[in-house]
Amino acid sequence: MEKVDKALLDASVMPDKNGFFGEYGGRFVPPMLEPLMQEITDAYQKIKDDPVFKEELLYLQKHYTGRPSPLFYAKNLTNKLGGAKIYLKREDLNHTGAHKINHCLGEALLAKKMGKKKLIAETGAGQHGVALATAAALVGLECDIYMGEVDIKKEHPNVVRMGILGAKVIPATHGLKTLKEAVDAAFEAYLKDPVNQLYAIGSVVGPHPFPMMVRDFQSIVGVEAKEQILEAEGKAPDNVVACVGGGSNAIGIFSAFLDDESVKIHGIEPAGTSFKTGEHAATLSLGKPGMIHGFKCYLLQDENGEPAPVNTVASGLDYPGVGPQHSYLKDIKRVNYDSITDKEAIDAFFELSRYEGIIPALESAHAVAYAIKIAADLPKDQTIVVNLSGRGDKDIDYVVEKYGNDYGL
Amino acid sequence: MNRIKQLFQDKKDILSIYYTAGYPNLGDTVPILETLEKSGADLVEIGIPFSDPLADGPTIQHSGETALKNGMSLNVLFEQLAEVRSKVKMPLILMGYINTVHKYGIEAFAEKCNEVGVDGVILPDLPFQVYLDEYKDTFDKFGVSNIFLITPQTPDARIKLIDEKTNGFIYMVSSASVTGAKKGLSDEQLAYFDRVNQLNLDNPALIGFGIGDNASYKETCKFADGAIIGSAFVKLLGESGDLHQNIQSFIKSIKG
Ligand SMILES: Cc1ncc(COP(=O)(O)O)c(C=O)c1O
Repeated sequence: MEKVDKALLDASVMPDKNGFFGEYGGRFVPPMLEPLMQEITDAYQKIKDDPVFKEELLYLQKHYTGRPSPLFYAKNLTNKLGGAKIYLKREDLNHTGAHKINHCLGEALLAKKMGKKKLIAETGAGQHGVALATAAALVGLECDIYMGEVDIKKEHPNVVRMGILGAKVIPATHGLKTLKEAVDAAFEAYLKDPVNQLYAIGSVVGPHPFPMMVRDFQSIVGVEAKEQILEAEGKAPDNVVACVGGGSNAIGIFSAFLDDESVKIHGIEPAGTSFKTGEHAATLSLGKPGMIHGFKCYLLQDENGEPAPVNTVASGLDYPGVGPQHSYLKDIKRVNYDSITDKEAIDAFFELSRYEGIIPALESAHAVAYAIKIAADLPKDQTIVVNLSGRGDKDIDYVVEKYGNDYGL
Repeated sequence: MNRIKQLFQDKKDILSIYYTAGYPNLGDTVPILETLEKSGADLVEIGIPFSDPLADGPTIQHSGETALKNGMSLNVLFEQLAEVRSKVKMPLILMGYINTVHKYGIEAFAEKCNEVGVDGVILPDLPFQVYLDEYKDTFDKFGVSNIFLITPQTPDARIKLIDEKTNGFIYMVSSASVTGAKKGLSDEQLAYFDRVNQLNLDNPALIGFGIGDNASYKETCKFADGAIIGSAFVKLLGESGDLHQNIQSFIKSIKG
């Protein structure tokens, strides 16, 4: 990261006032959306340092979500690999089973303060949808969740959960019928009634202020992890690893370590079944800068600028774009973005389950797989902190049906 | 003088039609254009299909999806338009999303527009500041006008800045929603038209979004230099019967 002003890694100065992280981010939206995004930005700026809001959020984080989430030393896995010590930041233990609740509570409180009646959002794996439906139920808002028809079939338990929580799940039926199309559908619905609805996007993507706001709400993960690893090891971690779909869990844990150059940071994308177009979603590895859903980022696209089809076992990583701050961190080489195949992720899914008794979400299994990959070659006094962004209950039927044979099931 | 300026100087109550390139069939782009000119449309906006069109309602979205399946792309569109100036005289505008143009290359795109005789470009998701900083000089160099959308929420200062920095026309979106034909003007819309008219802009203005019949066209023309019809026309293209006869009778019915 030569030539980079360290101050630029400070969350308080990134993004700039127009929402740009270097050349990425911004607000590439039609003028109907522009004032709506500004309204959310203004409301968020006003509320974020308000002591009443902060206290309310803090209370919920502690007594509702169950924060701080533990940092667990995965001793069995570490011993088996014989290298660096692997620590797991247990976001899977949060209420609703993933990191998504961190920004959903923030967005729900914001919507309530703005006088909105309904929260709407897209969801891929259903984790963001469940977390938002939960937050909506808690603060007393209606909730519509847009979800690709393909994902509705694949993530059935989460669809049921959203229904029980009182949310409406609306299928996105165009294109590939997965996450990208769900975002289209949510934007379209949002524009139909922007007065009563708030679009609570599910990751650090979309037009400004979402990449900033969602990051801020997720940054608690990094703040806690930094304190916890210091307490456990007496020093900063040598490596931090997180999976990257849109990039919310990753930026959440990365943000606390960006300005400490001794910490190697790894963002892990899904390599799917191959690097052929349509068989992966390794956006930062293989994409080119472009604009999608109102922001500029690395984008998987064809020669005509059409977003490319994507595919991975992990629905929550199935997106051709990626957060603008990650795009920026790639360019300045502060973060190492690498990828893990479906096969490696499934192996890690079973390995963590069988060595530590923790069933990870398929998304998080990508981060675990990368830690497994690098741990053996690192000295024993080094550490790897993995953001275990979610639990795998939602994935069990799918995994057993598709891969059970190979693992004696 | 460029074709857009000339048109607004010569005519009142401009009827501008939007349709998606490559819809309903890949080869329909130019034949539709010819029929439109013959039928009396004054200006045409040809949509470049994009799979994630944040400004468009279901009708135009669907047409874009079909066009992409048909094989439409910016390259194909420019091929189709190569000889267009030997066939139609009216001003032509391309309307599309920023990523398509960004990928093609801004300079290459502006140059190609100039070469085939495209007069203006509408990129609804291009932020005005980014346009000024990174795009304007290139489009100016090739004499291609940039047209920007304004809505009831656009502040006066921004409208004046758009007026000062661009030289095609101002595209007034009549309600702060996605495209799609609706009926009747609300008090809010009337106040908005009034507000814009009182700014005494140098550029002409067209009103779009939600216009689909003779009554709404006539009504709209009272408040601006003309009207833009999109979804209602695209819907017609998807209907059965003879495409070109349908277009002729549609334009006739709009003009009354
Ligand atoms: C458990 C889990 N981890 C990660 C992700 C990916 O999202 P992000 O990259 O924003 O953290 C998801 C998305 O659904 C998820 O459910």
